[in-house]
Amino acid sequence: MALVDRIGAGLESLGGGIILTTVDSLVGWSRGQSLWAFPMGTACCAMELIAASFNKFDFDRLGTFPRPDPRHTDVMIIAGTITEKMKPAVSRLYEQMPDPKWVIAMGNCAVSGGIFYYDSYSVVRGADSFLPVDVFIAGCPPRPESLQDGVLQLRELVRTESIAPGKRRERTLNLPQAPVAHTGSTIAEGSGEVE
Amino acid sequence: MTGFEQLQTRLAELSPKLYPLFSEEFGDAVIGVERSQLIETAEELRALGFDRLGMVTAIDRQEWFTLVYRVASRSLSAAVFLKTRVPREDAHLDSLCGVWPAANWQEREVFDLFGIVFDGHPDLRRILLPEDWVGYPLRKDYEDDRIIRRPDYI
Repeated sequence: MALVDRIGAGLESLGGGIILTTVDSLVGWSRGQSLWAFPMGTACCAMELIAASFNKFDFDRLGTFPRPDPRHTDVMIIAGTITEKMKPAVSRLYEQMPDPKWVIAMGNCAVSGGIFYYDSYSVVRGADSFLPVDVFIAGCPPRPESLQDGVLQLRELVRTESIAPGKRRERTLNLPQAPVAHTGSTIAEGSGEVE
Repeated sequence: MTGFEQLQTRLAELSPKLYPLFSEEFGDAVIGVERSQLIETAEELRALGFDRLGMVTAIDRQEWFTLVYRVASRSLSAAVFLKTRVPREDAHLDSLCGVWPAANWQEREVFDLFGIVFDGHPDLRRILLPEDWVGYPLRKDYEDDRIIRRPDYI
């Protein structure tokens, strides 16, 4: 049943190992489970990106695995400052990625230019000025936990996409919620679960 | 005896020609020369055993640019700064690529950001900025449409 829960909306179980689903749900689920990443590490955020791949954080368990070749990858993680000189190279590497493809802008420099927003002659103010960015992760640099959160949010986004071009499936995003403060005994009020 | 004094003592023996040019700035040994004598002095230093060029940079002093070369010697266990000036209106000087090949990219960087031309450089192109860039951004009077000035309240 865990699998059924993870494939999510548009799916019902008939029991006995039989499930009914749509192609969109299945494809979206499959894509979300193996988002191979192209590590576009241009500055110090790349250190956190590297740390995310090794033990302790181990992004391989999420199916996100760094590949050095853009032709093997699904998601470009832009980790660091993009300069005017680097912009054509980033753009070209993005073009080399096969469809469907997504972009994560990691760190303040990739989001908006960060500390180089003012008084800089050479820094591009945000990756979204020339690429379609799906997920922005703030931080200078963000810790690997933030990147992990970003990848999980991107996975939820990927699952809503349809294989029909330009279409997006109706689905409520199951994003992580902020923890709610525990206020005390809510079970005891006649729910019958307490002896 | 400080490191500078030790070096000075040895240079007095090794090179009577360079010895009087030396001075001390903030504990470092500095040789200041005219730009016409730059190559000559660099070759002299190289012959003494200063075989490692670590840094080439420039400082914009409004009327002139100060060029700074830091060279080190493994055999003497010492480092010196070689300094020269070029006037702002006539910003060119001899390239040191023939003396220290490591000067190649460093001089390209100084050319890229300050617009100082190095005569005799084998490949003087922009290195950090796009090839079609207009202007030299580290000059004090550089202006650009791209720059957003920081407001006073930040």
